[in-house]
Amino acid sequence: MKFGVVVNEGPYTHQASDSAYNFTKAALAKGHEIVRVFFYHDGVNNGTRLTVPPSDDRNIQENWSALAKEHELDLVLCIAAAQRRGILDENEAKRQGKDADNVAEGFRISGLGQLIEAGIQADRLVTFGD
Amino acid sequence: MSEDMEEGGTVKKFMYMNRKAPYGTIYALEALEVVLIGAAFDQDVSLAFIDDGVFQLTKDQNTDDIGIKNFSPAFRALGDYDVTKLYVEKESLAERGLTQDDLMDLVWEDEDDDWAEKPSIIMVSRDEMKKVLGDQDVIMSF
Amino acid sequence: MSILHTVNKSPFQKNDFSSCLSHANAGDAVLLIEDGVYGAVSGTEAAKQISSAEASVYVLGGDLAARGIASDKIADGITVVGYDGFVDLAAEHQAVNSWL
Repeated sequence: MKFGVVVNEGPYTHQASDSAYNFTKAALAKGHEIVRVFFYHDGVNNGTRLTVPPSDDRNIQENWSALAKEHELDLVLCIAAAQRRGILDENEAKRQGKDADNVAEGFRISGLGQLIEAGIQADRLVTFGD
Repeated sequence: MSEDMEEGGTVKKFMYMNRKAPYGTIYALEALEVVLIGAAFDQDVSLAFIDDGVFQLTKDQNTDDIGIKNFSPAFRALGDYDVTKLYVEKESLAERGLTQDDLMDLVWEDEDDDWAEKPSIIMVSRDEMKKVLGDQDVIMSF
Repeated sequence: MSILHTVNKSPFQKNDFSSCLSHANAGDAVLLIEDGVYGAVSGTEAAKQISSAEASVYVLGGDLAARGIASDKIADGITVVGYDGFVDLAAEHQAVNSWL
């Protein structure tokens, strides 16, 4: 079965991203397909490569990046939500005249249409938030 | 599953759940942004306003003093995007001391009926809302 | 036609849990996750609501354990599942409604 996953909260403050990660891993282990993981609202903060959690804590961003690499997951940060919150890829940083970009490996920035498309293409859409 | 084929694509019943009040958090605004983008995908779209979500539709919102954009007028544009089914739960209104008179008058123009203006707000009881929610293919929560 | 509902807030803090239960149809499933698992403890007002609910109620074991809630504290009629059970529940129902 095809699943779409939505993450509406950032890392560490809320459990949503951890829950979504555990759900995604469990779905993959059962042989399901993850058509997309879409990060919205503060969820876009999961996609910055500049987080430095303490060494005895999990690294949520790196966990997502590694899972994406292993399973060729499509991790999409909503562009409108990302711009509001200072999450930029190289192209967007240039276009907006900013001096840095911060999108982590395995994540890409795209439009809200990708969320609707996930809802259409997936058999089930599962949302994690506050 | 209501997967009728239309223009070569799948039409699903999409429900946008609105259970949060505007301004205190961004969820209501960013939910509306999804609805407006989603309108381009020709799905069978409806919105549910339950619990504090009903506060999104109240009249006379004025954000001048708080420095946040008043996005309530955008609900009036939904009809132009063919988003014409806004289910509002009667019990949620009543629990908050509101009636339909406290809500904006939202309409859409029916091109199949000589562009007659028709109400977009559909008042439903909690039991009716249960049935509407149970009939969806995709439920978007914010 | 049935729905999997998820609730992730403590019923002592927010109304998501009771709102979810009052919008769940017979044949639906309700899964308590994150702080929602506090609603599964026997003797609470929430557990009373569950006993009269039309939907089947499940709770995520990992979130219970994290919060130090032993399985013998769980109210009768609630089934403990893991993340794999969460995936199965999502697959078995036509849509998932997250009560955020």
